[in-house]
Amino acid sequence: MLFLLQDGITNGAIYALLGLALVLVFAVTRIILIPQGEFVTYGALTYATLSSGQVPGTARLALAMGIVAFGLDLFAGRRSLQLSLVGRAFAVNVLLPAAILALTYAIAGRQNPIALNIALSLSIVAAIGLFLYRIAFAPIAHTSVLVLLIASVGCHLALQGFGLVFFGAEGQRGPALSNAVFTIDPLRFTGQSIAVYVITLALIAGLGLFFSLTLTGKALRATAVNRLGARLVGIRTALSGQIAFLLASVIGAISGILIVPITTLYYDTGFLIGLKGFVAAIIGGLVSYPLTAIAALLVGGVEAFSSFYASNFKEVIVFTLIIPVLLLRSLAAPAVEEEKD
Amino acid sequence: MRQRLPMIVFAAAMAAIPFIPGMPPFWIVLLDNIGLAALVAMGLVLLTGVGGLTSFGQAAFCGFGAYATAVLTTAYGLSPWLTLPLALLVSGIAAVALGLITVRLSGHYLPLGTIAWGLGLFYLFSKLEFLGRNDGISGIPPLSIGAFKMIDPGTIYYAIWSSVLLCALLTTNLLDSRTGRAIRALRRGHVAAEAFGVQTPRAKLLVFIYAAVLAGLSGWLYAHFQRAANPTPFGAQAGIEYLFIAVVGGAGYVWGGVLGATIVVILKEILQSYLPYLFHGEGQLETIVFGILLVALLQLAPTGVWPWLIAHTPFKLHRNRPDTSLTLPPRTRDKAAPSVLLQIDHARKAFGGVIAVNDVSFDVRLREIVALIGPNGAGKSTTFNLITGVLPSSGGTISVLGNKINAAPQEVAKLGIARTFQHVKLVPDMTVLENVAIGAHLRGKAGALASMLRLDRADEAKLLAEAARQIERVGLSAHIDTLAGSLSLGQQRIVEIARALCVDPMLLLLDEPAAGLRHMEKQQLAKLLRELRNSGMSVLLVEHDMGFVMDLADRIVVLDFGTKIAEGAPEAIKANPDVIRAYLGAVA
Repeated sequence: MLFLLQDGITNGAIYALLGLALVLVFAVTRIILIPQGEFVTYGALTYATLSSGQVPGTARLALAMGIVAFGLDLFAGRRSLQLSLVGRAFAVNVLLPAAILALTYAIAGRQNPIALNIALSLSIVAAIGLFLYRIAFAPIAHTSVLVLLIASVGCHLALQGFGLVFFGAEGQRGPALSNAVFTIDPLRFTGQSIAVYVITLALIAGLGLFFSLTLTGKALRATAVNRLGARLVGIRTALSGQIAFLLASVIGAISGILIVPITTLYYDTGFLIGLKGFVAAIIGGLVSYPLTAIAALLVGGVEAFSSFYASNFKEVIVFTLIIPVLLLRSLAAPAVEEEKD
Repeated sequence: MRQRLPMIVFAAAMAAIPFIPGMPPFWIVLLDNIGLAALVAMGLVLLTGVGGLTSFGQAAFCGFGAYATAVLTTAYGLSPWLTLPLALLVSGIAAVALGLITVRLSGHYLPLGTIAWGLGLFYLFSKLEFLGRNDGISGIPPLSIGAFKMIDPGTIYYAIWSSVLLCALLTTNLLDSRTGRAIRALRRGHVAAEAFGVQTPRAKLLVFIYAAVLAGLSGWLYAHFQRAANPTPFGAQAGIEYLFIAVVGGAGYVWGGVLGATIVVILKEILQSYLPYLFHGEGQLETIVFGILLVALLQLAPTGVWPWLIAHTPFKLHRNRPDTSLTLPPRTRDKAAPSVLLQIDHARKAFGGVIAVNDVSFDVRLREIVALIGPNGAGKSTTFNLITGVLPSSGGTISVLGNKINAAPQEVAKLGIARTFQHVKLVPDMTVLENVAIGAHLRGKAGALASMLRLDRADEAKLLAEAARQIERVGLSAHIDTLAGSLSLGQQRIVEIARALCVDPMLLLLDEPAAGLRHMEKQQLAKLLRELRNSGMSVLLVEHDMGFVMDLADRIVVLDFGTKIAEGAPEAIKANPDVIRAYLGAVA
């Protein structure tokens, strides 16, 4: 029993991270981030690929997306091109991913410190997240939640397809952050699972501080409450969207790096993991961080117990969990008129 | 007949295709697949494009249809024709169960819910023993008529495409009817439709079931076409693809579904056969292209290919003018009715700590124009929302001819109260006639089935005639076939009045009807309202144009900060010191 609970908490911690990222992105941009799962896969498999001394395809993808984003920036600003702005766009969109790619080539084929691999994986996925917002969502940021959702599904399809191209259909595992093992009877703790707990808690606390203490965090919260109002007081909402995507992609990649030493990840595993984060986020109503974190632990627990007692129906049970939640929401939620475009 | 001509030509062309000499069988298979996808997409068009309910889970309903017939024909030896109604029933029941839970959800919860149950059902299909787990069920008998078995793709082609044509016909019929207008109004929010008696949850459930049954039919055909069923074609990926098809073709158009299916199925075929050569990679490359195309399409052409195609054809839609000699029976009015029509007694509405309407009491008598005025935030629109049942009141009673009003806008409409909205709530892509006809919703009887089978024409003609008469009455006959969204704001307000008049109301509630009107139009509006009063109707209006109000109203009620501060004839109100203080801040 206890080890099931332990397993559930480990998984739940990951779902909590993803759920928080989803809530963050939805609150700031109204985008339901289906590709969150791809950030997990990309993070995990990029890390695994780097650890085996190869160049991950994601680094090339980041550069390609950066070039497209740069092109879009040029096109959008074609009437008032200033050298300084163009230069900055070029630096962020082209030079940065090019530098990352060059670095991955430079260190390929050698045994590198884990920290370097992690840092590289995170920056690659962060760049992809940033450019994804610029390319796919910034041009339609003003449209309805539904249009954004459909676009989000489109991004998921494309990124998952790329995942298959880059990483192949074979599953991979990455090296653990720590190989320590100790036992507190009857439970056995690995350094990795401790890392999962510590990093999850640290990230949640960090996000909390970021949102309550920093100006950027406050600006993001303001954008979440009212886009138009935020714009009127001078917050660049497009920038808010980019920051939200940056945070979400980094959180996704961290989750991926945390779990890839524990379970074998395939190119499409991220989608399912992300969706479980979703179940948690939906239980939290896509607005509440603490409720989402608690719900994520619940999802992890339900998954662990159902995989033990009814392993065949594990996924069915986890995804059906959403139905009673939706039912409660539909009974409790007042039928508010939505002003649609 | 003229409207049916393109469809007949299309049907004839489709029927002739297999007879083209040298037609490669591969193309016929492709056409079969297009037809199967088109059926699902057509349901999605109604659900998503028209009704505004996005579903990523339609593939699961295909699965219900396919597995229902697979189990019944292989394990119980039933005839495929016998399993058809059962397969549709199974998908329909699944839709009722899922729909009751999910369609009440607002906005994005529904699509998220559909992704979740789409995945859950996929895993259920692939784990259940009696559905053959991941291997599925094979050896499903072909469709047969007597000794004639539809085994090869060229024969089942006729079963598939006659289903597509039949469903397209039924769907277009449904959309062009009383129920169809209710469905088309769903996407724009539920308040306006409910104010005219539309049961929006029921309408949503109806389209949900309809889309599921179409998907179930597609699944049933698929099972007998492939003669096997396994979980893969009914997974989340397929569900996403169906939505993609609808968006590509044009989610708001029935034929957009068919066009989208054609484009996507052919594109997929091309991508699957050529991409591997280009990129020597392993499968699924087409999903990359699909994903990128979907995003690009949403940015560049969010309405899809069909409307673009229609705009580039020389054929113009022919609209029949309704025959205005047909009449609807008027509301039965009690001869011995009391002289007070609307009685508001200590009505109260609190939003948390804010009391928007504080113990307001007044009444509206028969044949009377009452104006409700007050500074911004005085609680005028909230009072309207209490009367029409949009908001539940926190205290007090509101009654119409002695009937107490509880929060159900549809019931209020039945009592003979019709309203307009401060922020115009018309369906912009419907014509003025169609918008106004929504007002007559409660005066028609034809249901969805009757509409699909065109048994509603007598009923429908009367509704349209009534709508046309009210449009003429408010002086907008010239714009009867114009799309409501292309009128000026002032004209749209007048359209709202015509829609309200279609209810044959006893009491008309007008929320700032003169805003946005020019001087002449205001005078015409005042004249119309006086005529209505003289013919026996009562009017309660909120308005800021004091000249208009003072000239028109028989009696004025003044609200300030949710409290009634004055009531009386226009002359008395003009001189009332409390009113002057409320408007100007001090005794002027």
